Amino acid sequence: MNPETSRRLLFDMLRIRSVEETIAARYGEQKMRCPTHLSVGQEAVSAAAGAVLRPTDLAVSGHRAHAHYLAKGGSLKAMIAEIYGKVTGCARGKGGSMHLVDESVGFMGSTAIVGGTVPVGVGLSYPMKLNQTGQISCVFLGDAVPETGVFFESVNFAVVKQLPVLFLCENNGYSVYSPLSVRQPPGRKLYELVAGFGLKTHHGDGNDARAVYAALSEGVAAIRAGEGPRFYEFETYRWREHCGPMYDNDLGYRTMAEFEAWKLRDPVPALQRALITEAIVTAADVADMQAEIDAEIEEAFAFAESSPFPPPEDAFTDVYASAAG
Amino acid sequence: MATTFAAAIRDGLATALAVDDDVICFGLGTDDPKGVFGTTLDLHKQFGSDRVFDMPTSEAAMTGFAIGAALNGMRPVMTHQRLDFALLSLDQLVNNAAKWRFMFGGKRGVPITIRMIIGRGWGQGPTHSQSLQSWFAHIPGLKVVMPTTAEDAKGLLLGAIFDDDPVIFLEHRWLHNMKGEVPAGDVRSPLGKARIVRQGDAVTIVAMSYMTVEALHAVDHLATQGIACDLIDLRSIRPLDWPAVIASVQKTGRLLALDSGHLTGGVAGEIVARVATDHFASLKSAPQRLAAPDVPEATSPALTKNYHVRAEHIAEAVGRMLGREVEIASLVAQRTFPHDVPGTWFSGPF
Repeated sequence: MNPETSRRLLFDMLRIRSVEETIAARYGEQKMRCPTHLSVGQEAVSAAAGAVLRPTDLAVSGHRAHAHYLAKGGSLKAMIAEIYGKVTGCARGKGGSMHLVDESVGFMGSTAIVGGTVPVGVGLSYPMKLNQTGQISCVFLGDAVPETGVFFESVNFAVVKQLPVLFLCENNGYSVYSPLSVRQPPGRKLYELVAGFGLKTHHGDGNDARAVYAALSEGVAAIRAGEGPRFYEFETYRWREHCGPMYDNDLGYRTMAEFEAWKLRDPVPALQRALITEAIVTAADVADMQAEIDAEIEEAFAFAESSPFPPPEDAFTDVYASAAG
Repeated sequence: MATTFAAAIRDGLATALAVDDDVICFGLGTDDPKGVFGTTLDLHKQFGSDRVFDMPTSEAAMTGFAIGAALNGMRPVMTHQRLDFALLSLDQLVNNAAKWRFMFGGKRGVPITIRMIIGRGWGQGPTHSQSLQSWFAHIPGLKVVMPTTAEDAKGLLLGAIFDDDPVIFLEHRWLHNMKGEVPAGDVRSPLGKARIVRQGDAVTIVAMSYMTVEALHAVDHLATQGIACDLIDLRSIRPLDWPAVIASVQKTGRLLALDSGHLTGGVAGEIVARVATDHFASLKSAPQRLAAPDVPEATSPALTKNYHVRAEHIAEAVGRMLGREVEIASLVAQRTFPHDVPGTWFSGPF
């Protein structure tokens, strides 16, 4: 991996972490009045995917999509404004945190029903295949998605038609508060299950950004070369509560020992330490990155706060292409 | 030359595929030897298997696939051999197709057409006969079209395919062999316009799809007894042509709303409610509705004998609204084939 890519991964992870932590810190102000699903702890997969995918590639995601949107190049200002419900938001206040879109960078949308965008991502890839555009479609998904029927239906069809789709699964072990142990039989591996559909699958450490990058680079190149869809599963961990800014370990659905063990594997300082050790960045470089990120975040929140709400009549627009309907 | 409703659908699909390379057409059996009752027959030979193809039995994924393909520039037409099969895809239709434009602030819409075929009679039974237009019409963001004539089948299908919103296109199986004149070429009918089938001043009868056929028999029979009714074929359930309905009610003062779906929560109820709440002063008598009963359709012919609304029921209802006797025996006597088939052409099995 070249130093430039390493620095980009670190920058993107620091940026995603800082954005999410700022949302958490300011959520109590009651100005962000919509459900938010933070991905603190899961930054490595997003950052790596963002570095591998091209702006012309398309991506879709689910309810926990902030990191995917930012990694794909989505506008931070538009995202924060959307969470604030402002007219300057990426969906003009109609969508909120769970419905992010920035088509200018190929982020085609995230929706709030588990598995809902999986077939949409497959559909996005069909014109790519027919017209041989060299693009790929990336479907970001969590470990609950391979429990939905629509996921299996979609993977099957992508294999039937050999479509250029990257199914990118972040396995954080939980669906809301339900661990994998109540959702899948003991010993089952998602990547092995999915492999049964006849596509190459891969499993790896989702907290090692550079390893994720290396694996995805190889896989995306193969998909782009016309070798059909692939499924990548990376193990990672959600630190904060399923929905909202707090920690939820008091609920008792996971052990503190498990939580602490994963925190020790925090992907952000891990990469930072490694890059400093390898003399790819200096502590001063990291401080500069952080300062740049903090300034951008401050600007984005100020933009959201100062932006107007949509006019009341906007509640009735955008249902049909024209007013009639 | 007169052509069938089914042939008109095929004509519409072929026209759309020919005029726009972005149109694709798929569904279970699309390229099989029967071609979905002839409506897609051999289109794959003319337009290639990339554009006209069969699919896995995966209604939800294939609906999402259509949405994704539409978001990336295509105009997909998906076909279900029965409406009932499309229920497997409701999440994609309701949560994605209908809301995409709204939830992303108008960035992009989903120009898909989902054809669903409604069955009736001849043992179609509880899961092959549901007429659920009210479900789809209830969802803001979806459009719902129900053609009756062969000409409208082609025109409205082309209108649906080239509409920039998701359209549920409901074909009644009992209409597939109805014949009519169908214009050649790219004849796109606008969605949301009703057709005045018959004109009169006694009662406004609002119908859709196959109910229009039964209503037509009733209206023509009533005309021989000096009762002239307005018969409106809605053609589109959403958007619904309210000006046409209201203008007629203001003329006749009486409303009979027909529905091929169940009574409770149906389209007929919506029509009665709107007219009663907003145009009460125009009414000379209480608005009425005739719809399928609130039970599933049974399979045995013995159990469907009195299940469906037929022409005689419509004629009787008009008589009741006008407070006069109407003769229906001769109307019933005209029917020369069993009650559970649309005509002598239908002998099953599908």
